[in-house]
Amino acid sequence: MTSGARSATLRDAIGLGLAVGLYGAAFGAAADAAGLDLWQTVTMSALMFTGASQFALVGVLGAGGSALAAVGGALLLGTRNTVYGVRLVPLLQPRGVLRRLGTAHWVIDETTALSIAAPDRRLARLAFLAGGASIFLTWNLMTVVGALGAAALTGPALAALDAVVPAAFLALLWPRLRTGFPEAAVQRRVAAGGAVVALALTPVVPAGVQVIAAVVAVALAGRPRPREEVAT
Amino acid sequence: MSGTALWAAVLTASIGCYVLKLAGLSVPASWVEQPWVARIVDFVPAALLAALVAVQALTSGDQLVLDGRLAGLAVAAVALALRAPFIVVLLLAGAAGALVHVLTG
Repeated sequence: MTSGARSATLRDAIGLGLAVGLYGAAFGAAADAAGLDLWQTVTMSALMFTGASQFALVGVLGAGGSALAAVGGALLLGTRNTVYGVRLVPLLQPRGVLRRLGTAHWVIDETTALSIAAPDRRLARLAFLAGGASIFLTWNLMTVVGALGAAALTGPALAALDAVVPAAFLALLWPRLRTGFPEAAVQRRVAAGGAVVALALTPVVPAGVQVIAAVVAVALAGRPRPREEVAT
Repeated sequence: MSGTALWAAVLTASIGCYVLKLAGLSVPASWVEQPWVARIVDFVPAALLAALVAVQALTSGDQLVLDGRLAGLAVAAVALALRAPFIVVLLLAGAAGALVHVLTG
């Protein structure tokens, strides 16, 4: 491996860590707004360490949902990481139980993207480790900053935080709707369906349940049907 | 919700998400690479995130509510369409929400 490729890998990993830190601050703020205390928020970033699932959990709780609905939302989004793990095994080849257990904790969107983009297996491992370390550090640090910052807000600043939380979720969703994302048109229909079903159910089901129900309804509407060509 | 229930949710979801990660490194690839798993992974995030956006921006308990959050969301959508960085999107949304709060008292 050339030193140029090595330093490019490290630069990408550290750059991504800094960028992801901003989402960590947004998560800390959203968790505070949802009523989690600092230790619960910090525990999530350290132990769960998968942004979309963390946002889903505090999103459902923030909407007044039950713990069960919140955990369900987090796990639904966590299934992504299972597929990432399958893709990473041939690249990282974690040997032994301890290394496998350690590797698993850092299997997320960003480390998968970095590893798959690396030109060879040694650089893929470096990208995974450097990216994982850099993101783990900034994600946890900025979670604390966001949670403490949000806890100090009052009046109009609190109204600002209320508006920032849905905007942060929209920013997470947006790349999936953009032209160029695989099946962007279907993603947009799925997103519109999820939002409409969730709003329609809000007055009639317990808070939080509408979010899970929306996902189930959209999944049922989109299930493969016999005798129908799969649109691509 | 009580602190105990919140802790239970935090710890259960954390352990569950870790087990999902570990499963990917441990089970045979053919178990995971099923078409229906791929569909869930491809499309559940859009449905779930969109439902959360709608609920976070437009509801309070079991009521539909219009307030500064919707203004913030609209401003965020414009900023995202113009490819503004994440931090700019959040700052603009927050400013819009605070402005509506001040104007409507």
